[in-house]
Amino acid sequence: MCVLEERSSASSFEQLALPLFGRLYNFAHWLAQNREEAEDLVQETYAKALKGFSSFEPGTNFKAWMFRILRNTFLNSRTGLKAATVPLDLADDDPALPAELETPETILIDRTSEQILQGAIAELPVAYREVLLLCEVEEMSYQEMATALAIPVGTVMSRLSRARRTLREAVRQKVGRSSP
Amino acid sequence: MTEDRTEKTTHERWTGQLDAYLDGELDSSQMQELDGHLRECSGCTAEALRRLQWKRAIRSAGQCYVADPAVRERIRKSITPAKAAWWQWRPALAATAALLLVLAGARIIQLETVSPKRQLAQEGWMAGELADLHVATLASANPVDVVSSDRHSVKPWFAGKIPFSFNLPELQGSQFELVGGRVSYLEQSPGAQLLFRVRKHQISVFIFQAKALPLDFASAGEMDARSFHLECWQRDGLQYFAISDAAPEDLRALRDLLGK
Repeated sequence: MCVLEERSSASSFEQLALPLFGRLYNFAHWLAQNREEAEDLVQETYAKALKGFSSFEPGTNFKAWMFRILRNTFLNSRTGLKAATVPLDLADDDPALPAELETPETILIDRTSEQILQGAIAELPVAYREVLLLCEVEEMSYQEMATALAIPVGTVMSRLSRARRTLREAVRQKVGRSSP
Repeated sequence: MTEDRTEKTTHERWTGQLDAYLDGELDSSQMQELDGHLRECSGCTAEALRRLQWKRAIRSAGQCYVADPAVRERIRKSITPAKAAWWQWRPALAATAALLLVLAGARIIQLETVSPKRQLAQEGWMAGELADLHVATLASANPVDVVSSDRHSVKPWFAGKIPFSFNLPELQGSQFELVGGRVSYLEQSPGAQLLFRVRKHQISVFIFQAKALPLDFASAGEMDARSFHLECWQRDGLQYFAISDAAPEDLRALRDLLGK
């Protein structure tokens, strides 16, 4: 690639990638649970993405591509390797759990402080945490999440269902513990 | 008992779709179907609202980490294509400068050694241009913009319209009659075109700044251009062209008159 092509490519990359910085950092922090690690993760993500930008297919989802690089970078980090060893309660391939009709007693949202909710999210296994955050915070579609996480859409749905259920249960326990 | 079970099964079917509904993942027909059910079922509607609240709470709680602006700036710098320092372009600049020098030198040599053949070709081309201008003037319903036989009217008319002044002698007593004048252009240079009459012939005299023309017509003398006679001369830095179907002697006589 000649110098001008490289500069043009880098310029396009900057225009596409820089607006995602805040989102990538937030997600990285949730994954790594540590500011310095999150900064390193994002820095490394941008470096890898710039290097591999020529392999990015125009017209496909750039945001999902960037999150995928970030997630892979995390999984290869020491924290990521450690987090990946935490077993999930149920197999990914199970169909999404049937939703329960929740009674008013189980509806904790009004009594749940944001801090408790954040604590509960942070304690989720990383496989649940990432799918939940990509869905609720990044508002990705199931297909986008499947691309970012490199898993089938069906697995996205079942993980998301379990993540929500696990989070609700965790919040219920935290609220119960904190109640007088 | 059977009715209760059926109702529970129905609710399970709908609530099982609520998350996908709120995530915007149902297709349009499923969305419409569930919309219809929610309008009729207060229990499912309440459950949908609770889940929506839950989604919003997670969204709000999940957006909590903000990076140090310095990190963003560091990353921005790392991915922004660096502007090449001038010295990085030095080989290219040197090559370009060398090429320009060669081209400039070649052009200078070319200008100084215009071949006689090329000179003749250019003279022929310009003579043709002048003939065209002369014919166009004669064919025009208004051949001149200032109509006057009075040199004291015609000469001042050009003031401010062309970048030079010229001498226009008294013609009284000569065979020539001044018809008028107009501004003309040759090689993108403005000049004066004077129209004279001698007997039944019309003569155009073009006056341009000699330095504005690409060729030196100082020694061109008489030429022929498309059956027209062309007389060329220079005076006070001005290039004169007289063109007409009149006899060459007439043109020479006018030249002598204007050259006084």
